[in-house]
Amino acid sequence: MKIHKYDTVIVGAGGAGMRAAIEATKRSRTAVLTKLYPTRSHTGAAQGGMAAALANVEEDNWEWHTFDTVKGGDYLVDQDAAEILAKEAIDAVLDLEKMGLPFNRTPNGTIDQRRFGGHSRNHGEAPVRRSCYAADRTGHMILQTLYQNCVKEGVEFFNEFYVLDQLIVEVDGVKHSAGVVAYELATGEIHIFQAKAVIYASGGTGKFFKVTSNAHTLTGDGQAACYRRGLPLEDMEFFQFHPTGIWRMGILLTEGARGEGGILRNKDGERFMEKYAPVMKDLASRDVVSRSIYTEIREGRGCGPEGDHVYLDLTHLPPEQLDAKLPDITEFARTYLGIEPYTDPIPIQPTAHYAMGGIPTNVEGEVLSDNTTVVPGLYAAGEVACVSVHGANRLGTNSLLDINVFGKRSGIAAAEYSAKADFVELPEAPESLVIAQIEKLRNSTGSERVADLRRELQETMDANVMVFRTEQTIKTAVEKIAELRERYENVSIQDKGKRFNTDLLEAIELGNLLELAEVMAVSALARKESRGGHYREDYPNRDDVNFMRHTMAYREVGEDGSETVRLDYKPVVQTRYQPMERKY
Amino acid sequence: MATPVLDKVEAESAASPYITVTMRIRRFNPEISDASVWEDFQIEIDPKERVLDALHKIKWDVDGTLTFRRSCAHGICGSDAMRINGKNRLACKTLIKDINPEKPITVEAIKGLTVLKDLVVDMEPFFQAYRDVMPFLVTKGNEPTRERLQTAEDRERFDDTTKCILCAACTSSCPVFWNDGQYFGPAAIVNAHRFIFDSRDEAGEQRLEILNDKDGVWRCRTTFNCTDACPRGIEVTKAIQEVKRALITRRF
Ligand SMILES: Cc1cc2nc3c(=O)[nH]c(=O)nc-3n(C[C@H](O)[C@H](O)[C@H](O)COP(=O)(O)OP(=O)(O)OC[C@H]3O[C@@H](n4cnc5c(N)ncnc54)[C@H](O)[C@@H]3O)c2cc1C
Ligand code: SF4
Ligand code: FES
Repeated sequence: MKIHKYDTVIVGAGGAGMRAAIEATKRSRTAVLTKLYPTRSHTGAAQGGMAAALANVEEDNWEWHTFDTVKGGDYLVDQDAAEILAKEAIDAVLDLEKMGLPFNRTPNGTIDQRRFGGHSRNHGEAPVRRSCYAADRTGHMILQTLYQNCVKEGVEFFNEFYVLDQLIVEVDGVKHSAGVVAYELATGEIHIFQAKAVIYASGGTGKFFKVTSNAHTLTGDGQAACYRRGLPLEDMEFFQFHPTGIWRMGILLTEGARGEGGILRNKDGERFMEKYAPVMKDLASRDVVSRSIYTEIREGRGCGPEGDHVYLDLTHLPPEQLDAKLPDITEFARTYLGIEPYTDPIPIQPTAHYAMGGIPTNVEGEVLSDNTTVVPGLYAAGEVACVSVHGANRLGTNSLLDINVFGKRSGIAAAEYSAKADFVELPEAPESLVIAQIEKLRNSTGSERVADLRRELQETMDANVMVFRTEQTIKTAVEKIAELRERYENVSIQDKGKRFNTDLLEAIELGNLLELAEVMAVSALARKESRGGHYREDYPNRDDVNFMRHTMAYREVGEDGSETVRLDYKPVVQTRYQPMERKY
Repeated sequence: MATPVLDKVEAESAASPYITVTMRIRRFNPEISDASVWEDFQIEIDPKERVLDALHKIKWDVDGTLTFRRSCAHGICGSDAMRINGKNRLACKTLIKDINPEKPITVEAIKGLTVLKDLVVDMEPFFQAYRDVMPFLVTKGNEPTRERLQTAEDRERFDDTTKCILCAACTSSCPVFWNDGQYFGPAAIVNAHRFIFDSRDEAGEQRLEILNDKDGVWRCRTTFNCTDACPRGIEVTKAIQEVKRALITRRF
């Protein structure tokens, strides 16, 4: 075991982690721990763009952007945070340009912008061109640019280090962060990182679904580490299902495809979104479009022999436009489906995409241990966090924005905190929980296999808590997850070695997914309304009287060691906008 | 809306698609033995699935010790470059049907970097070469208030090399690199090119000097292995040629 001491430790090197690192490294002694090489992070998969009211191609302003964000989130957005997001968007994009990001350009050389779902002119009048982009590789360019600038700033990375535990110590009755425990993939060695400030930027948790746009490595490790140490998780029932994943595979085809003019069609060739969203049509917000697709499928207008998908039609767009604006996604269709998008429509279905919920923070990125109390020294930013700027449904292009705005904010806040704070003393045997977890898995001779449990989890999540939910389906999921958690106690692994033991880590990741799936399902069961990404067929309307509030889920351990999810609620911050019915 | 092509795709997928393939994988685990061995696994797979899916089937259902890197599973993160049937490719971007599944499919680690376990190699020297070419925008003078302007043509000039995902398929397919790990290798040159030809950048001269080194661009013998290997379709050899030309003319 090795002990390291840093002012600031950042967990994760995706967009949020590296944006934080660039700030924190300038101000404090910083280490970035990441389970992947930084450039392997899933930010690199983002395609469509990053929102900012630059007004480079048409009139726009941050207030319109704030409104769209609040409305898109079905009014569960904290409006103070959304305002910061929209205001600081402009600098966030300009910062990236100055760092070297190769945005697409307008004829006069400024950053080009395009349309994206839910972003509108003057409070919903018509779609507006707000998304700054680099072809359909915006996330790739952001990730590369941030890594390049980390190289320039000399950021210190610990690559292939898996953070498995968050150290929390009570000082004068207040929970403080003391550091983290990490597992080094190459050697199997345990490392303690004592730090004045820790920032979680470890990304999403999409891998508990089967059809998902998320990477194999998005297993909610950060959320689970904090939750297990008694910190709450906010709004976990809200997960975004992106309308256009490649049929059966889930690989994303950006909304930018519809921004460029792509059209969704059912088996009769009908442009069905005209029925569901007369103004925004194919560019209505994602939850609306995903439900519309499934409604078409359920009513027998799906395509293919099993009627289980619809088409994304790009055939009317000039090939030059596809080559210039959508080169990667057209190549995905060719590579994985053998389809030529110039001439053939692409089979798609909704795909599990984005966790709106996560570790609750305030607008400085400080993590909360209840509705109001800050955990000194603990920060979170990016998809792992819930500020909440996305509320019940995130608008496209607002996450790449979120990771930059709140990555930067938390990087500055954490480094400023560590400049004046002292180290919190490490708890006794800080490694004990992780060692116990690892030894148990390594020594187990149980009959259950990780892959089987993961498959069953993913299947139950897809079947029961995806686009449409009911009391019955969610209960089925809750029961199944409980069964799987029991069977997980009996899981064994085949690789008993120390070197690059990915067998072991997949088992640990599965444990995280199971824990978070339970939180999601229990939170969803209690929310007896429909809002944004959470749609209950048995409660199809939004219920502002009872549910205009954030869910806060806590892990409770009974005297017999049994574990339950306790739910509490937190008020939504409303400043400018009164809730209205959401129409597109 | 259904077109003939689509009907064909869907008709195919309706029939039971599974076939049996032999995956012949070069295993290496120094915790067990200093020697590497070839091991065969027979699996049932839909030929439209990826080599990565085949590796997962083995790891998840047969042998959990099989070790490889992967993340995104669709050719974006650069984790899983490996030598498949003797050619460098991404396992997640290679479909079984495209690599003759009638014969055993061989999979081994990429060459020229130290193998650490099974298909996992030490990437540090590769990333070091990348870091050595100053892979970041360098500008002088005061920052503009708004964005720097760049014409669409100037932006297009270096578009190809911005696509790099640092997978190392090119560098580890280069015979010069196999013989001498000191050579910067194609990926580092690609990333230098990305900045040298960016109209906003002002450190082109410095980068060219770095690549003028004895381990720099002049080692390239234009074998085109790198261009063939690149999963992003980057014209790697052309980029190297452009850097060479810029070194001679000092114009870029
Ligand atoms: C296919 C796709 C397309 C998208 N397109 C867009 C778009 O066009 N516009 C938009 O705004 N948003 C888009 N999104 C959403 C957006 O890309 C993500 O939400 C965002 O990039 C997340 O960034 P992040 O930094 O929070 O996490 P990630 O980029 O996922 O990074 C997570 C990091 O945490 C590390 N990590 C994880 N667990 C551990 C651990 N236990 N220990 C140490 N390190 C750990 C990983 O190594 C990684 O470095 C898209 C998402 C997907 C999946
Ligand atoms: S140039 Fe191509 S092959 Fe080489 S590292 Fe970049 S993406 Fe990989
Ligand atoms: S797994 Fe990401 S490139 Fe293959």
